[in-house]
Amino acid sequence: MTLLTLQGVTAYYGAIQALRGVDLEVSQGEIVTLIGANGAGKSTLMMTICGSPRARDGRIVLDGTDITGRPTHEIMHMGLAQAPEGRRIFARMSVHENLLMGAQVVKMRDYERTRDLVFTLFPRLKERQAQRGGTLSGGEQQMLAIGRALMSQPRLLLLDEPSLGLAPLVVRGIFSAIRQLNRETGLTVLLVEQNAFQALRLAHRGYVLVNGRITMAGSGAELLARPEIRAAYLEGAH
Amino acid sequence: MTTPLLAVRGLTMRFGGLTAVNSLDFGAERGQITSVIGPNGAGKTTVFNCITGFYRPTAGSIGLTHPDGTQYELQRLPGHRIARRARVARTFQNIRLFAGMTVLENLLVAQHNALMPHVASGLLAVFGLGGHHRAEIEAIALARHWLQRIGLLARADDPAGALPYGDQRRLEIARAMCTRPLLLCLDEPAAGLNPRESDELAALLKTIQGDGCSILLIEHDMGVVMRISDHIVVLDHGTLISEGTPDQVRADPAVIAAYLGEGDEDDLDAPGVVAA
Repeated sequence: MTLLTLQGVTAYYGAIQALRGVDLEVSQGEIVTLIGANGAGKSTLMMTICGSPRARDGRIVLDGTDITGRPTHEIMHMGLAQAPEGRRIFARMSVHENLLMGAQVVKMRDYERTRDLVFTLFPRLKERQAQRGGTLSGGEQQMLAIGRALMSQPRLLLLDEPSLGLAPLVVRGIFSAIRQLNRETGLTVLLVEQNAFQALRLAHRGYVLVNGRITMAGSGAELLARPEIRAAYLEGAH
Repeated sequence: MTTPLLAVRGLTMRFGGLTAVNSLDFGAERGQITSVIGPNGAGKTTVFNCITGFYRPTAGSIGLTHPDGTQYELQRLPGHRIARRARVARTFQNIRLFAGMTVLENLLVAQHNALMPHVASGLLAVFGLGGHHRAEIEAIALARHWLQRIGLLARADDPAGALPYGDQRRLEIARAMCTRPLLLCLDEPAAGLNPRESDELAALLKTIQGDGCSILLIEHDMGVVMRISDHIVVLDHGTLISEGTPDQVRADPAVIAAYLGEGDEDDLDAPGVVAA
């Protein structure tokens, strides 16, 4: 069953066209990754799904409902959450309050269970519950952004470079947690990641975005095997 | 034995009840790339903030020795003097360019200190006198030099905020280099870069080292760190848990347990990144 469909989606920042007609599908229970160079439009695509910026042309359908042009807060009530690029945590709120903010759209009786899951994933957040978000280290803020997104118990989780600024050990933890959440709870994930190798190994399918257009799609293994993908995104230039 | 470029002794930084850095000792040798690694929240950025004058340490000293023997106690200097006199420059984890200024202007702002003495002569310049014009020409020449090296000369007149992320990262390094530092402190410069861009960054840092500038590097991309570091310092909970060459640190069980994790078939990093 298709959970998310994008058809011919375009988006602009002022006069600059960032997305040039994107077609993409994410099925229920899938992990799908989006790879591409810096500036290709990956983060814009993630934000456009959330309605900020709004798509100018095309259609975005979430679980059968057309959400194109809907305001962001309405979309967030439909079972979608994002850990955005740049973290965007609430700097003056405590870790605990940040997690509460993530849980605004769900019933409070689930709060503790979800919070415990987040703390299992990131024990550091448990240690720092009372600390203000803005005083966390960069990597801890990244953990908080992911944790906050999970607090809304989304059906579709958008992760924009979850590994950014995190220690190697924590990155492994996040990748295995994504896999585990996907297998055990059927969480659907759309993932943007600079570490294309790890992302493609984790994902069921991947899309390649170049200059605001999807140029290639396939299973993670297929894309990993393609020489042009290896040359462009997996290997260094030495 | 010569005095190291940077000597951190008993450095402690407390925020209220939280001790972020706890009597830390380490050094950075002249001409070397010294990396600071460790788990998130270990205190790495706090150490940078103490070195560059953003924080005044609770205790301890940070000595910097110039090639001519002049010594600076950085913990006693305000940030702008650390940049100008002690010649320590830095970049930030979250890019802090002047987004609305052009690429070139960002590099000219960095040379504000060099241009400042020429404000008076700038007035004279109205009449075509004084050294202001020459100082400005030199500043632009240095900026062009760095734009050439980071491959952004063609974008000199575009707003810095319009550059793709990887280019902004390199521009931030160029801006720091335009202050002509002896020690360049980089806070996660490879974050958000793909493997190819990380490689280009590593090459750029090697050329900066080749010019005689020493580098202090915070980075989680072990491909970059292990390939270009001469010396690695490992922090956890604000204290030193290991230091040595890349091979020594990579094999240290304490570092593996706290930071690197076990090499596991199922969770390999990108090919060529780990092993290179």
